[in-house]
Amino acid sequence: MPNLPPTRPGPEAAPRNDPDPRNPRVAVLPNPDDIDAVPLRHPWRWVVAVLLLLVFAGVAVSLWQNDNVNHPTISEFIFDRRILDGVVLTLVLTIVSMAVSTVLAVLLAVMRLSNNPVMNALSWLYIWAFRGTPLLIQIVFWGYLGLLYARITLGIPFTDFSLFSVDTNTLIPAFVAGLLALTLNQAAYSAEIVRAGMLSVDEGQYEAAYSVGMSPTFTLFKVVLPQAMRVIIPPMGNETISMLKNTSLLSVIAVLEVYTVATQISSQNLRQVELLVVVSCWYLLLTSVLSIPQYYLERHYGRGNARTLPPTPLSRVRAILRPAPRPADPIRADAS
Amino acid sequence: MTDTTRVTPSAGVDQTGPTASALNAESVGAPPLLSAHKVRKSFGAAPVLKGISLDVAAGQVMCLLGPSGSGKSTFLRCINHLERIDGGRISVDGELIGYAARHGRIFEMNRREVAKQRGGIGMVFQRFNLFPHMTALENITVAPIGVRGLAKPAALARGRELLDRVGLADLAQSYPAQLSGGQQQRVAIARALAMDPKLLLFDEPTSALDPELVGDVLDVMRALAADGMTMVVVTHEIGFARGAADEVVFMDGGIVVESGSPASVLDHPQNPRTKAFLDSVM
Ligand SMILES: Nc1ncnc2c1ncn2[C@@H]1O[C@H](COP(=O)(O)OP(=O)(O)OP(=O)(O)O)[C@@H](O)[C@H]1O
Ligand SMILES: [Mg+2]
Repeated sequence: MPNLPPTRPGPEAAPRNDPDPRNPRVAVLPNPDDIDAVPLRHPWRWVVAVLLLLVFAGVAVSLWQNDNVNHPTISEFIFDRRILDGVVLTLVLTIVSMAVSTVLAVLLAVMRLSNNPVMNALSWLYIWAFRGTPLLIQIVFWGYLGLLYARITLGIPFTDFSLFSVDTNTLIPAFVAGLLALTLNQAAYSAEIVRAGMLSVDEGQYEAAYSVGMSPTFTLFKVVLPQAMRVIIPPMGNETISMLKNTSLLSVIAVLEVYTVATQISSQNLRQVELLVVVSCWYLLLTSVLSIPQYYLERHYGRGNARTLPPTPLSRVRAILRPAPRPADPIRADAS
Repeated sequence: MTDTTRVTPSAGVDQTGPTASALNAESVGAPPLLSAHKVRKSFGAAPVLKGISLDVAAGQVMCLLGPSGSGKSTFLRCINHLERIDGGRISVDGELIGYAARHGRIFEMNRREVAKQRGGIGMVFQRFNLFPHMTALENITVAPIGVRGLAKPAALARGRELLDRVGLADLAQSYPAQLSGGQQQRVAIARALAMDPKLLLFDEPTSALDPELVGDVLDVMRALAADGMTMVVVTHEIGFARGAADEVVFMDGGIVVESGSPASVLDHPQNPRTKAFLDSVM
């Protein structure tokens, strides 16, 4: 029982509510069922909040009044056709590379955890190579693959037989090269996340699955991965946001995503800062939008663990607009 | 049956081993449903099972007793091939576990064949091991639908019937985290039953439960025994062993020390190790 302000003992006070002579701070309640207490105050929260507001306001005003930033340029280009096309391409690159790399990652993680030594080594080698070299270099590599192999040929190695043979630059335009680079690199990172998720599943789950006659593959898809998802999704949300921003690296091989487009425009009108503001706004918007599906995925895979479900963005907004009374608080500060 | 009969898992075929026809014609009369012969298993250099031989006839209940570390769980896990045995052999309903006889020779089973064989042997675990992302009913129906290819409506009907049988008809849509330990274990029993196993293995099914929940689970197990289910039960519940078992086996140090009827083993143990163990748990 918390320490309470002393009050007069009521006539109906039960014996257990009598003041303890050894501890005068323990007091009796007027109503033995409810506690009527002064709520805990948080004065420092207010001080810090006010200070922060002042700092933000100062920064915002100085940016707004900076003569080197031309505001009409920002509003002119934020919905420019070329910028919008770049935004769409950025989004497509992010979604496609995340989707394909996740499938690859599951494959790599399963290979890494299998007791087949060949698969195991192959997966290790892949992760080692693609995680160990900078993404920027991998992008340039795929972009300039034509310099390494002028033609790509599908056939039987060490013979003259070939099924087809195409010019590398025709088969792999900049967009495909960029997609390839992002996907293959991401797969190496995601593989480790998926592996961690799979390792988080209890050994007893495999035994139970095998004991009812499930094959290893069925067990993987029906028992292990759905449980691993709970552990996999939060870091994968992070990876999706990094991926969105990493697409800007594709400017080095001239893929027309939003940042490339912005640099092309600013090289003509010399409004570098304004166009950086434009793309930053778009990146912020996209990262915010992309984090919405995460909540729903977490809720979906959190079923059966009802106690830890995070609120959806919608219910968060609702909570801000209409704060619910704090439930299960043992001390009723506003008791009448 | 000779001492040289031995299946070597890694080396493939042992020419002196049993042939397909010899396997089924070993014993006279009704063949045992479960037959373990000189089963040996080591983890690294440490031998855990040092030659376990026992038979369980169809419809019989065998209780395995023994101190911690005596290899009871390991033996159960060997019966449904969750562990490979190093020597000896186990057969259930005349089929060698983990090995198939073809053209008079013995081959190690592939993963698909092992999975199919396991479907005929149910197992109930100490820690329940229900699938936490599935409701009670889904836990029971996932294998019949996904492994046996049973139609969904039939599987659901059978699942509800099994839940009713373990006394949980109204908890079909609950997730394991919303169930008490005793309820979870009864769902786990229903899950094992859903595959219509020939043999049910229980590994200390009540030792993770609060005392007041033990009775419900034991009641379900007694009902199964009365219905003629063949069961091998590792337990420390001496009362259950006395009432429900047809045979009690006491294991220690990886060997069978003593076996016989519940009355003889539990009330008149011959071996001092059995006596010491029974004194400690009763
Ligand atoms: N996977 C494993 N790797 C190494 N040693 C193991 C493994 N599984 C079991 N053991 C060892 O084998 C021995 C027998 O274990 P087992 O679990 O079969 O005993 P048990 O009779 O079931 O004991 P308990 O009553 O405590 O459950 C123990 O010494 C244990 O440490
Ligand atoms: Mg055990």
